Amino acid sequence: MIIKCPYCGPRDVIEFTYQGDATRTRPEPGSADQEAWNRYVFDRTNPSGAHREFWLHGGGCRQHLLVTRDMTTHAISSVAFARDAVKSATGERK
Amino acid sequence: MTSTRLSKGGRIDRSKSVRFTFDGKAYSGHPGDTLASALLANGITLFGRSFKYHRPRGVFAAGTDEPNALVTVFSGDVREPNVRATELEIYDGLVTRSQNRFPSLEHDFMAVNQLAGPLFSAGFYYKTFMGPAIGPLRGTRFWMFCEKFIRRAAGLGRAGTAPDPERYERMNAYCDVLVVGSGPAGLIAAEAAASTGARVIIAEERPIAGGSLLASGETIDGRSPAVWAREKAAALASLPNVRFLTRTSVWGYYDGNVLTAVEHVSDFKPNRTKGQPRQRHWVIRTGKTVLATGAFERPIVFPGNDCPGVMLADAVRRFAVEYGVATGNNVTLFTNNDSAYDAARTLSLAGVNIVAIIDVRADVSGTCRDIANVAGAELLLGHAVTGTHAGKTLSSITVQHFNAETGRVSGAPREIKTDCLGVSGGWSPAIHLASQAGGKPEWDEDLQAFLPPEPNQNWVMTGSASGYMDTISVVSDAATKGSAKSRLVLPPVEAPMLDASPAPVFQIEPSAKSQKAFVDFQHDVTADDIRLAYREGFHSVEHLKRYTTLGMATDQGKTSNVPGLAIMADARGISIPQAGTTRFRPPFTPVSLGALAGERYGDLRPHRLTPMHDWHLANSAKTYEAGLWHRPMIYGSHGETVEQAYVREARAVRQSVGIVDVSTLGKIDIQGPDAAELLDRVYTNMFSTLPVGKARYGLMLREDGIAFDDGTTWRLGETQFLMTTTTANAGTVMQHLEYYLDCIWPDLRVHLTSVTDVWAGTAVSGPKSRALLEACVTGTKVDNDTLPFMGIVHGKIDNIPVMICRLSFSGELAYEVYCGAGFGTKVWEALLAAGQPFDVMPYGLEALGTLRIEKGHVTGAEIDGRTSAHDLHLDWMLSKKKPFIGSAMLEREGLTDENRLSLVGLISLDNQSITGGSHIVTDANPREPADSFGHVTAACYSPALGKYIALALVKHGTSMIGNRAFATDLLRGKHCPVEIVSHHMFDPEGSRMHG
Repeated sequence: MIIKCPYCGPRDVIEFTYQGDATRTRPEPGSADQEAWNRYVFDRTNPSGAHREFWLHGGGCRQHLLVTRDMTTHAISSVAFARDAVKSATGERK
Repeated sequence: MTSTRLSKGGRIDRSKSVRFTFDGKAYSGHPGDTLASALLANGITLFGRSFKYHRPRGVFAAGTDEPNALVTVFSGDVREPNVRATELEIYDGLVTRSQNRFPSLEHDFMAVNQLAGPLFSAGFYYKTFMGPAIGPLRGTRFWMFCEKFIRRAAGLGRAGTAPDPERYERMNAYCDVLVVGSGPAGLIAAEAAASTGARVIIAEERPIAGGSLLASGETIDGRSPAVWAREKAAALASLPNVRFLTRTSVWGYYDGNVLTAVEHVSDFKPNRTKGQPRQRHWVIRTGKTVLATGAFERPIVFPGNDCPGVMLADAVRRFAVEYGVATGNNVTLFTNNDSAYDAARTLSLAGVNIVAIIDVRADVSGTCRDIANVAGAELLLGHAVTGTHAGKTLSSITVQHFNAETGRVSGAPREIKTDCLGVSGGWSPAIHLASQAGGKPEWDEDLQAFLPPEPNQNWVMTGSASGYMDTISVVSDAATKGSAKSRLVLPPVEAPMLDASPAPVFQIEPSAKSQKAFVDFQHDVTADDIRLAYREGFHSVEHLKRYTTLGMATDQGKTSNVPGLAIMADARGISIPQAGTTRFRPPFTPVSLGALAGERYGDLRPHRLTPMHDWHLANSAKTYEAGLWHRPMIYGSHGETVEQAYVREARAVRQSVGIVDVSTLGKIDIQGPDAAELLDRVYTNMFSTLPVGKARYGLMLREDGIAFDDGTTWRLGETQFLMTTTTANAGTVMQHLEYYLDCIWPDLRVHLTSVTDVWAGTAVSGPKSRALLEACVTGTKVDNDTLPFMGIVHGKIDNIPVMICRLSFSGELAYEVYCGAGFGTKVWEALLAAGQPFDVMPYGLEALGTLRIEKGHVTGAEIDGRTSAHDLHLDWMLSKKKPFIGSAMLEREGLTDENRLSLVGLISLDNQSITGGSHIVTDANPREPADSFGHVTAACYSPALGKYIALALVKHGTSMIGNRAFATDLLRGKHCPVEIVSHHMFDPEGSRMHG
């Protein structure tokens, strides 16, 4: 599998570490909503089709990337820096 | 079967001879021979014994599809089993042995298994060995009893036990076009792609290019096809944009057009250049893949088809044309298609005598008749082979009338004397890689074969692999598949006009009295086994495969899959495409584990050495590997055991002073306005309140509340911290912090830098450690006021800047001295010199471990990914004032369960050592120990207590203190009475380190 890192260019999957589901939202640190925490820590979806996930480019720029990948064909439709994507997403929420 | 070397022909070098051995006997062949061709030339036709029935077996194919002729190759104590004799190139000094026979290949006791044939039918494991309902061999115990005998009797070659001394390399390669195969299709496609300037890699499994051309009787561009191929390959290889890999088998096709291949670099050479790898593992990333993988001839299944002498028709041709070997004096051919006539024509040109051609079809073309006529072969149309006569090798065949429409045999049997029968049941395109890539193969009625699926990645298939069965159409297809833009002038081809479509005949069904008809030779699966599987309800191809093990041997059913499917489809009364096919998975051909391990193993493996490594070795350190690191275990002296050494070292630390290399600890430089805030969130305890110039012990949890890592973090400035982690988790903690900064809290202004390799670290421990530092540190005082517990000072040792923090893992008054990595040895030696008056002693990991076990300090053995802070008695570190990673999960059910294991100490009551990993049980009887309620995480002899002690994780740990139990190690046969005590076994008040 090849991931097109926005900084380093197309690189083999061997340079990356899978860092999990990117569709979860972490509850506010002080949140006492145990159900929300349980969902965040334990529940994972396994959709047939597009899925968002984090990958760390540890063998390159050491940035986390937000990768949208099809779970059935493994085709990658978009790659962005996680930091920018998360920042703009939280910005929208506010 | 009487095989001999023909007087001429073949691409072998007859001017030189090569000596090798097979089953202890010496033979000679020529350069260019495979083991199979050389043995056949020596008249050897018996190559091995079959998997279950120990039937005599000979060479069946001529290449990678060979199911029978597997041998073990020896080099010294090292053995490589299951090597195909048809691919193994001979060299001077090659030592090979046949497999699965006892005591010898000629006389095999296990051949009695044939008499017990019905016992070993499909699924026999499950049926024959179910024991009685009661008694010592009840249920599956009977199977477990029988298993060891069956395992010895059945099987292929044995794996070796000696370590493999060979080197293996891994290579990464990138190209625009990867061409797999260098037959006519591969060569033309590669030429077309290269002519457009693309970077091309062409991978050929065999030692030379040419594929089917090497045994072809056609003419290309006015030359023999083998010569044309050699010239074309040389021209391609000389181009700057082409890399031509021979002896390179592409075995895996993965996502994103990533393919894997294994190149045989030197394992066919008698004398290898020093440092040359045996094999090279290629990972090739390509823009486009051209699969020119050719096709495999498949047999027709008929009774008695497995004796030596029955081969694929194309194999008979390849041995004659490529190696100058006649596989028989009187060859017969049995076919359902025209390709056997092409083989007959070429064989007859090579000087091989063809007695008869038996064709299941009622009529054939004029071209075929002419070929039979010219070859002087009797043509038996509408006939089939219904039996063979053989001792150890074929002597004659039985033929009868056969109706290809009904599949019925009729008429009186006729016997034909023949010592070699070449069989052709049509051709199956080698769609393995395309299938791996993810497509579903499509059945072609005309070719009676599965053709490649629609591409789901950027690949194309060409040549006979895509169903073009004659060279003329292969060449024109390959040119466009190689590149649509190329303007190649195609070479003219002269070839007989033959029809590619076979009659749909896959088997000659045996009558009640017939011999066994084998489908999968390597796993001894017969046509009757498949019909039995059908009768017993295993209809789907996936069930068929698993129940009968059809196609599951090392050849992965290259010759047996399609006939097997056809027999099942016939039994079910459905068509072959309705029955479907199983998906091919990597590897296409067996790959040695050494090639996959590559640099991660042996002398190419990377090592991490601390700055003081050379000093350790020069001072008799015994090291061991911790991850990639090499760390001193003990500094041994003559005649001392490991235990004596670490006890001496640990005692010195408690009595005076010792120093230990701690450079391997993970170190992360954390800077930024929000650095303290980040630490408050990732550690369970508070760091924002830590004053500059002080350090604090910190604990991290995972999100699920389980303990993750521990270490001290030093505040070097208002916005700068130096975090230390355990050696093992250095990388993981860095990733953990990066994840939260990138993905969860991108607003935090913090920058992380891994500085593990920047600092050399030495811990100075023991009651005399302060005196030692006072003797060598300049520029700062190190007394209790200037450098209190967890204080940090900057100074110099031997004029080298150092940073000293007073902290203790050993429980003694202790310090960690950090300096630039390049000065590590200098500072280490200065510390030793300053410690001379106190008899300072360097100590290794064993003593370090002993000191921490005595103190009950935890490491990775206890923070094992299953324990919580509470289990480890670290609850005092859980801040109530702030949330942190894992805090929300601390009260979950699983973590508050009172049955959780928690940390305790153990003291051996019989003065014997406790072994790590032992289970804690209550029963005194070592033969039937009761249920385990815990396990030992670390054990040692404690010089401070004068006893063997251990740390353990035990159910209801704290309330068990004072009880007695047993630490039982069933593997090593130890059963040690122990007393459960507090994990703080030495100096529980901590008075020594605060002193």
